[in-house]
Amino acid sequence: MRRTNLAGWQVVNQERIVLAIAVVIFIAASVGLPGFFSPGNLVAIVRSISVLGILALGMAVVIIGRGIDLSMVAIMAMSVAWYLQLLGAGVADAWALLAVLAAVIGIGLINGFLVAYADVPAIFVTLASGSFVFGFVRSQVISQDAVPVPPGHWVEAVGRMRYASIPIEVFLFAALAFAAFLFLRFTRWGRYVYFAGDNPVAARNIGIPVRPMLVLRYVISALVSFIAGLLTAASLLSINTRVVNSTLLYDIVLVTVIGGIGLSGGKGGVRNVLIGAALIGILLNAMTIIDIPLLYQNLIKSTILLAAIIFDGIINPRDEQTAQQGDI
Amino acid sequence: MKLLKSMVSAAAFAAALFTAAPVLAQDPGPAAYAAALNGKRVMLVPLAMGFDLAQGWAAILQREVTAFGGTFETRDPNWSTEAGAQALTEAIASDPHPDVLVVMSPDLNSFAKILKKAQDAGIYVILIDNPANFPADAYIGSDWNRLGQLEAEAVIKGCGEGSSKKIGLVQGDQVNATSLYQYEGIMKVLAEHPDFTVVAKPDSNWDATTARNVATTMLQQNPDICGIIDFWDGDATGTSAAIRDAGLAGKVFLVTTGGGEKTADCATLEDGTYGAVVMTDLARESGDMVALIKYLLQSGQPAGTASTYIYTLEKATTKADLAPDTCWDLKALQAAAGN
Repeated sequence: MRRTNLAGWQVVNQERIVLAIAVVIFIAASVGLPGFFSPGNLVAIVRSISVLGILALGMAVVIIGRGIDLSMVAIMAMSVAWYLQLLGAGVADAWALLAVLAAVIGIGLINGFLVAYADVPAIFVTLASGSFVFGFVRSQVISQDAVPVPPGHWVEAVGRMRYASIPIEVFLFAALAFAAFLFLRFTRWGRYVYFAGDNPVAARNIGIPVRPMLVLRYVISALVSFIAGLLTAASLLSINTRVVNSTLLYDIVLVTVIGGIGLSGGKGGVRNVLIGAALIGILLNAMTIIDIPLLYQNLIKSTILLAAIIFDGIINPRDEQTAQQGDI
Repeated sequence: MKLLKSMVSAAAFAAALFTAAPVLAQDPGPAAYAAALNGKRVMLVPLAMGFDLAQGWAAILQREVTAFGGTFETRDPNWSTEAGAQALTEAIASDPHPDVLVVMSPDLNSFAKILKKAQDAGIYVILIDNPANFPADAYIGSDWNRLGQLEAEAVIKGCGEGSSKKIGLVQGDQVNATSLYQYEGIMKVLAEHPDFTVVAKPDSNWDATTARNVATTMLQQNPDICGIIDFWDGDATGTSAAIRDAGLAGKVFLVTTGGGEKTADCATLEDGTYGAVVMTDLARESGDMVALIKYLLQSGQPAGTASTYIYTLEKATTKADLAPDTCWDLKALQAAAGN
């Protein structure tokens, strides 16, 4: 099937553009910046994007299925905050964990139910549930922005674990990425995600359980958020709920989408998330080494990403096949 | 005889004076105090209510303001400048409006117009902790330039002889007055010690995760850093995590500043997380605040005519200086207030 784009540029798509940019910046930084290309710094790069990458994996599963989950950061922060608050109040670990897991799955179910069965657009549902989760937990359950991990707790021990001087977050990110890859590529249910994202009506017509699968995806993203939150708490020994007000949510969508996963769903995979995360990680690390102030870092980051998207728009103009059918 | 007579009469006179029914001793003070302060409204608008400084101020102000018969309220902007501006505007426009606004300004200029309006409406404005380009009736808090100097002196002392003389800074951001003034103070002291160099000065945006990431890179690039100054104990937890992860705990002298709350500052000095903390001494700050509120309300001065700077006396506290009363305890304060 011939693509209607500029002759000879067929191999160039957004994923490859972003990969090329990432490689160029990596090489330039390795040559130009002392200390960039050292094992310690490379581990630091991967570690700095581990939590972001895990969240992006959850978001990717939802976006590939033609949805979006804007409540991920709120669930991440508030579920762990509630968990740590319960532990601090003396509740037994098993019960606290069970209660919080039930709540997390419950929020995922509510998100999924409203999107799948009540036909409310995902952006509104998850925006609202994110606000609700944050507001409810922040006002009723916890009293301070930052909830500390009780000393001697297993979360603290996990935070200290490292193997071959590589922190545990890197391994968890790798493991979850591999699991997501297996799920999307090799299982029947992973295929269903692609079908449902590409054309939900046709998928339903051929008998795929589109709506239960949709609910499942939002439950997955909620659970992934909880895991990411536990990792954050492990490394900082507290969870700061202020992260809900930060730009983390946009960074997650950015990492997911910039690597080539279209917002209209049906295409992309774990590789795209890894490429997007790699670009962001390398960029931020290089800019920190150069000592660029935070204000300019955001400017540079957004300019590069905008350039990648514009270049992709020129190289691969939309046609009947690839046209975005109403994003989100 | 005459002497005896005069002595006796003197004694009788004295006795009469002292045993006569005393005229009721009226102390005019409490009546004037009550007349001026009863029913007055005080409102606290910090950056957010969810951290130790704001909760400490609120607990102490609540106790003192209710004690003199006033009402105390808080507003929680949750770190949003717009929400803070909205809260202030609504407070000024409300009926009855507060008599005293205690405001923690997010940056140097955002609230200037609104606070001017407040003063025009007859509300006393007290700026707490964060300076602003606004002539408030009083500013109570730290001289952040001096605070930066204390931090720099502490880190120079903490590095000690024979160190690499390399220092890292983890700044807050580039708009908040506390971050900008601290930086100037630090640079002023370092200018007098030209052998010390600042190898990196990233921003943490007051966030612990960002602080950890930038500190990790800083330590990666300069593993022989002898000291780091972090501009707030709220994100210094991230910096200390980075030091710990790099395996340099005990080799890097971490200096920061905080309100002097027990778990945030004294416990961390005790276990070696921080090498020195310049405490802004919230208990004393709040005492000054209460005194200023009582003074302004009784002074009869129109709002906007006073201009006082009450700088807290600070010093860099190290583990060796710790005493039982060095820090205040937020949980105890809240328990006493019945929260």
